[in-house]
Amino acid sequence: MKKLINKPEDVVREELEGIALAHPDLVKVHYEPDYIVRADAPVKGKVGLVSGGGSGHEPLHGGFVGMGMLDAACPGAVFTSPTPDQMLEATKAVDGGAGVLHIVKNYTGDVMNFEMAAEMAQMEGIEVASVVTNDDVAVQDSLYTAGRRGVGITVFVEKIAGAAAEEGRSLAEVTAVAKKVNDWGRSMGMALTSCVVPQAGKPTFDLGEDEMEIGIGIHGEPGRKRMKIAPVDEIVEMLAEPIISDLPYKEGDKVIAMVNGMGGTPLIELYIAYRKLHHVLEGHGITIVRNLVGNYITSLEMAGMSITLMKADDELIKLWDAPVKTAGLRWGV
Amino acid sequence: MITKEEILAWLHRYREVLAENKEYLTELDAAIGDADHGINMDRGFGAVEKKLDGVAEKDIGTILKTVGMTLVSTVGGAGGPLYGTFFLKAGMTLSGKNELSAEDMVAALNAAIEGVKMRGKATTGEKTMLDALVPALEAMQKTIADGGDIHAALEAATAAAEEGMKATIPMLATKGRASYLGERSIGHQDPGATSSWLMLKTAAETIGAS
Repeated sequence: MKKLINKPEDVVREELEGIALAHPDLVKVHYEPDYIVRADAPVKGKVGLVSGGGSGHEPLHGGFVGMGMLDAACPGAVFTSPTPDQMLEATKAVDGGAGVLHIVKNYTGDVMNFEMAAEMAQMEGIEVASVVTNDDVAVQDSLYTAGRRGVGITVFVEKIAGAAAEEGRSLAEVTAVAKKVNDWGRSMGMALTSCVVPQAGKPTFDLGEDEMEIGIGIHGEPGRKRMKIAPVDEIVEMLAEPIISDLPYKEGDKVIAMVNGMGGTPLIELYIAYRKLHHVLEGHGITIVRNLVGNYITSLEMAGMSITLMKADDELIKLWDAPVKTAGLRWGV
Repeated sequence: MITKEEILAWLHRYREVLAENKEYLTELDAAIGDADHGINMDRGFGAVEKKLDGVAEKDIGTILKTVGMTLVSTVGGAGGPLYGTFFLKAGMTLSGKNELSAEDMVAALNAAIEGVKMRGKATTGEKTMLDALVPALEAMQKTIADGGDIHAALEAATAAAEEGMKATIPMLATKGRASYLGERSIGHQDPGATSSWLMLKTAAETIGAS
């Protein structure tokens, strides 16, 4: 294992220390329990947004704490859900009197821990609502599984619900727009290489030199199929077509599109993929009205990418364009 | 009767067993999950170990509730809420008790299992820890009904848990992260069922053995 770390067990703690030192204008970091909170929290009268999940997906979620996006993020150990005590303390820290929305990716551990935290917060008199993201079309038999995984759309939910909360909308309204984003979003990813969890010290899965995994999850969970590597244009089609046919996205639709790197993919390759995605969507009569190209929801040093599409109406585009000031996403300020 | 000292000995020993099996459990999890079960359980019971001395003078219910709360706040993943709920529910059942009868033991395991079912929205046959725990409870009840003592009941429970754990190998996972593998989850032993079997095996080695 070659990594820029000191000791595997100190990875998350030292990352948090770095974030605190790098972004004191945006966030404060609380330790034991660990959470990253907006520097000006709680914002009085505003719905608070709390997310969280295993570490290793940076900039998700801590990099999205700040004006116009999350109020707090709870980092777990690498690829491990955070715990209810973190979520409860973060919820209390961001409660400005208008209630708190938990944004949860659909993984068994995350869902159970956030459920316990929501029960505890409600016992303390804080109104809590939850939205669970589940946009990964790679999971086909969702009736016989824990359901579709929450992946790229989580970035969109955090941005758009964050803007809605900043506008002063109620908890019910912010929750409704968060659910709309998730309902209108679909994603799929692929991997060229595995990742190495620092405390495990070896690759999570084995992939041959000339192989790729289509439909990979953000923790290296297997996807739809393993196959010989292909040119990127073909890979983009393999990801985009199942996404398009799933919602389905139709001729005349406007979408916000993300081509996301898994952590170990150079931007040059992501732009080649974006170029092809643009053409594939054009072929379906679908227009990309906004986009993100870069590393937003990663899987440590995994090489690969994911594509996320969200159908966009005027309301969602307006909220997307609203100012945001976080370490990982910043515009309009 | 089960003494408080035996309960503490069981918890201390389970912590050692988890440390010894950290890599094994993590490898089982790497095959069908996210390669963290051994690491998480080791971290959780490491934290439990630090709390045990502080509650050693309290009743068994309080000790087990402390274990549960510690696991909930240190393990994360699915294991934290599930094992946390397991010990919380057992602890609530045994509130105020300083020694346990066979009936207390059965009642605590039953409440703990019901808690796991509720929290995980799961039942047997889905390739989870319940596939070890539920047969263990049944074997425990049967042994006691047949006149066996606490130690015999724990040994029977361990044997049933081991069988249940092995029975997860050909199962198709429909809960938790392993479910994403679909057919590919078949042929692998469930890590949660394995840590549950180890927990009962350790109980049989430390409780009522004299």
